[in-house]
Amino acid sequence: MTATDMGPMHQQAAGLFQRKRLIACAVPAVIFGYFVYIFFAFDFMGLSERARMDNAITLASDSWSYKTHVTRDNRSGAISYAIEGERKGEYPEGTRPDWVSGEADAPVVALGAGHIVRFLPDNAITFEIPDFGTIEAQVVDGRVMSNLGDDVPDFVSASNTRLAITTDEGRLTVTRARTEVFHYSPGWELFWFTLDSPYYGHGLLALLTGPQLDSARSNVAGMWEDFWGNRMWRHTDVIFAIGETILMAFLGTFGAAMVALPLAFLAARNFAPLGAARFAVRRFFDFVRGVDGLIWTIVLSRAFGPGPMTGALAMLITDTGGFGKSFSEALENVDEKQIEGVASTGAKALQRYRFGVIPQITPILLSQVLYYLESNTRSATIIGAITGGGIGLLLTQAMQTQKDWEEVSYYIVLIILMVMVMDTFSGWLRRKLIKGDEGGH
Amino acid sequence: MATTDMMQGRGRAQTIHAHYMAMVQRRRLYGALTLLIFFLLFFGGFYVADDRNAGGFWSGLSQLGDFPAGVLSEAWEKRGLLPAHMVTYFGALVETVNIAAVSTLVGALFGLILSLMSTRGLSKWPMMIPVFRRIMDIMRAVPEIVIALVLIFVLGGGPVPAMVAIAFHTTGALGKLFSEVSENADLKPVEGLASAGANWSQRMLLGVIPQVAPNFLSYALLRFEVNIRASAILGFVGAGGIGYELKNAMSWGQGKFDEAAAIFLLLFGTIVFFDQLSSYFRNRLTKGVPQ
Repeated sequence: MTATDMGPMHQQAAGLFQRKRLIACAVPAVIFGYFVYIFFAFDFMGLSERARMDNAITLASDSWSYKTHVTRDNRSGAISYAIEGERKGEYPEGTRPDWVSGEADAPVVALGAGHIVRFLPDNAITFEIPDFGTIEAQVVDGRVMSNLGDDVPDFVSASNTRLAITTDEGRLTVTRARTEVFHYSPGWELFWFTLDSPYYGHGLLALLTGPQLDSARSNVAGMWEDFWGNRMWRHTDVIFAIGETILMAFLGTFGAAMVALPLAFLAARNFAPLGAARFAVRRFFDFVRGVDGLIWTIVLSRAFGPGPMTGALAMLITDTGGFGKSFSEALENVDEKQIEGVASTGAKALQRYRFGVIPQITPILLSQVLYYLESNTRSATIIGAITGGGIGLLLTQAMQTQKDWEEVSYYIVLIILMVMVMDTFSGWLRRKLIKGDEGGH
Repeated sequence: MATTDMMQGRGRAQTIHAHYMAMVQRRRLYGALTLLIFFLLFFGGFYVADDRNAGGFWSGLSQLGDFPAGVLSEAWEKRGLLPAHMVTYFGALVETVNIAAVSTLVGALFGLILSLMSTRGLSKWPMMIPVFRRIMDIMRAVPEIVIALVLIFVLGGGPVPAMVAIAFHTTGALGKLFSEVSENADLKPVEGLASAGANWSQRMLLGVIPQVAPNFLSYALLRFEVNIRASAILGFVGAGGIGYELKNAMSWGQGKFDEAAAIFLLLFGTIVFFDQLSSYFRNRLTKGVPQ
């Protein structure tokens, strides 16, 4: 080969390289340009202004801690202790948290790190803050007086009717009606037992091996009863909601598979001789898939009302399209030889399907169905939030009240666990059911 | 002599036959039992779901057509307004598609890195493979709505919470699919590049990515279809885009159904359009350009 022959080839190769380099630069450049457009279209600049960082801090700290309210009714002078300030979390008469000391009608609350609140007679209160000093306040003739004067630090908001002091260790608010101290502690308090349960505050080992605490029932039975009957965390409702979500996914997925299978025969070229029917069924599949779960959910919830069945039906309808499409593709790819073999033994049409077709497509069908079951467990959470059923509803409700963040994190943990368990289960089932098939290929 | 042999042989055949029939019968019994349990679960479950639903199944079935009929008749009466409504909501539609596109891009990018990190023979730190796999499993398990709701609380409504939520889930989902593809990648180009002194990112970029790109792209396109639907649904819970407009139009109720109908049409058209587009490109990626 001479140099003249090499010339054009070299040029061609160089041209190809040039093109490749251009593409290699152009693709990232286009993507970068798109990101720049999105940066402005989604208004990332304004995001920092709109972001509520205080919300983020509340969420982050509340999700792993709880607060106990120490409240004095400034009219009657009665003092109460309640976890999260809820009636259900109230300490029974005569008991109080161990970080409270002093007289019953003039308690001293140790908030931690040297922050001490002292309730004094005549609706007076003092708040000792290290590195700052002691703030004294009193409600006199319906007005909130304090020793702060005009020089109010930025962690205090003071007016004639209200004084609020916010520190990292806790909060104090004084109004005409009540004086309230928030004490923060880590953990999910009352997760196992509420305060009215005899088992509250005991270790598991002590409960299992120790003496019987309630004469009416054994420790294990009582613990079980009090745990599920926990009114703060409502474990029974939560587990029911999880079950409802899984039920929605189960009904939707398998219902769709049962509807789609016979229709898929009509849509498969090698089984449906009638072209018009095939076309109609295929367009039907495309239609229900294209309308999408969201619209089906809206349409169905108008007819069936909120609840798990509405969500299940919405998934059923949407997935009928998805299943129909993939089932009919699987049917079009079946091996004709096996059907012929069965036919040669004198099998009738139904037997040909039963022994010639079904065994071939079962593994594909099952793996598809299980895959959809996995993804529908996630979808059921979202659909539940829209139609009002299952754990999705509980999550949105807890979000909307914007105070029980520890419950929100509890639900989130349960949702992730639920999805992972379903993933593992369906993966296990898939391997188990399709194992026999793998050897043959 | 011969007859006794035959007798024995026939006897053996009979026992084998009996044994075989017993096995077939047991198999059928197990099959029937599985089916029975399945149908019990299915219809029992349906009964429970129906019981916990606000409206019953049979009474609802008769009203099923009412709402679509109402929307359609109203949309038909005001059909002259539909094009104008579609123009109004086109911006929201673009936002929904943008959310899906950005989150697919971001998810594919992170999924790519995670998948390479969790593939034997390709990982930069082979000791960390199980850690990266678990990270992907957890990211995949988080439903989008969880992240979206939390971020809406912090960042306020708008496209960013939905984008982050979908990108997070997409990273996990695509990471898993990508790592299945890259497990099957040929390691010879990687070794060749390594012998020439290429560092890890060069080995991946030049040795692995060209092999797996068609499959990766095809998975990413499929994910894009899924994400358009997800982004519409998240809009409905407050994350902007066409879903949010749909929720507003729905809450106005009767008299504004023409707007809802316009949004339905836009959403339907978009989903079908992108499904077709992506399936065309996926076909080209997996089967090659038609000559």
